[in-house]
Amino acid sequence: MSQDTHMTPELSEGTVQQAEHGSNFPPFDVTTFEPQLVWLLITFGILYYLMSKIALPRIGTVIEERRDRIADDLDQAAQFKQETDDAIQAYETALAEARGKAHAIAQETRERLSAQTETKREALEAELAKKVEEAETRIASTKDAALQNVRTVAGDVAGAVITQLLGDDADAAQISQAVDAAMNQEG
Amino acid sequence: MAADQAQGGFPVDPIHQFQIQTLIPLDFGGIDASFTNSSLWMVITMFAVTAFTIFAMRGRAMVPGRMQSIVEMSYEFVANMVRENAGSDGQKFFPFIFTLFMFVLFANLFGMFPYAFTVMSHIIVTFALAMTVFIGVTLVGFAKNGLGFLKLFVPDGAPGALLPLVVLIEIISYLSRPISLSVRLFANLLAGHITLKIFAGFIITFVSTGSVLGIAGAILPMGMIVALTALEFLVAFLQAYVFTVLTCMYLSDALHPGH
Repeated sequence: MSQDTHMTPELSEGTVQQAEHGSNFPPFDVTTFEPQLVWLLITFGILYYLMSKIALPRIGTVIEERRDRIADDLDQAAQFKQETDDAIQAYETALAEARGKAHAIAQETRERLSAQTETKREALEAELAKKVEEAETRIASTKDAALQNVRTVAGDVAGAVITQLLGDDADAAQISQAVDAAMNQEG
Repeated sequence: MAADQAQGGFPVDPIHQFQIQTLIPLDFGGIDASFTNSSLWMVITMFAVTAFTIFAMRGRAMVPGRMQSIVEMSYEFVANMVRENAGSDGQKFFPFIFTLFMFVLFANLFGMFPYAFTVMSHIIVTFALAMTVFIGVTLVGFAKNGLGFLKLFVPDGAPGALLPLVVLIEIISYLSRPISLSVRLFANLLAGHITLKIFAGFIITFVSTGSVLGIAGAILPMGMIVALTALEFLVAFLQAYVFTVLTCMYLSDALHPGH
């Protein structure tokens, strides 16, 4: 009896502690190992299944698709840039061609116009020259006629003067000769 | 503990948070499969990771939204980790390593919630994960290289006389991997959470003195708690990362034992 009472407090204290905490330090309480392992297996197993069968392939696909799409877009952009460059090249070629053509046309027009002007000018000059020549001819004939008249008048005057002075008709041939000499002297 | 408190001892039991409490007692053919607070948080972790990776991706948008970006970043993060540490032939094990990382990370982060249970603060959980990695990696090593896997224990250039000793050390270090792997994760989280609780206890002790000096003195442990909480978030991530990186390195050893 005394032995019993002596033992009881220690035992009861131990069992109370055991009942309250399982062990003094929960992580080392062996009795809790089994349910933890069972539930770790269940939860980790399910999670592994979900990740490997559903989540990861899905994420991988999305990332892969995006990567492909970006690569495609970059390719397309490069293609568009190439097309743009080609268009610019073509435009510049056309522009240079047009500029050359315009230049040629301008040159041609200028030449044609200057040729026409030249022809007209020549025609005009020829006409003018002809007119000048005609005028000169006319002037010369008029001058000759005038001179002829002057001679006649001079001869008549000289004959009349002589007649008045000498009372005698002068020799017409001599008068004419003298008038010629005087006129030649005058120039 | 109640007696201690009555006698003016430490007001908070820092170990209490690690207790396993059975919520639903279950028994499957003699196996104790009781649903405990630990199981509850494992299930929450499982659902959270599933929600994160599957439901955040349901749009499968070409231009990702906020959540989808985070999911893709996690994916790329683990994928790069596997590629850099285990090489391209380690990609086969990417789903397992991703699951491992997300499970440990989410469990650790959930452990930061007040009243939440920290799943990885129990050595049996981390040890089970570490043993899974250890046995898996060893099997992969033998399956891939046959007996050539044993070259892992014979480093190049070891002098002949010392070779038996070196091999012995290599074998011991290999066998201690699951222990170091599991204890590192378990001890970090355990110690961090105990420290937080102890500083919280200091606040109660100071404040319960009722004096102005006591209340002013509570500011110091309060500041410590704020700082430690930030540190614990870092530890939660870092330990998940370290666990996963080491797994990748062990996998690399199994795939390329020559190096």
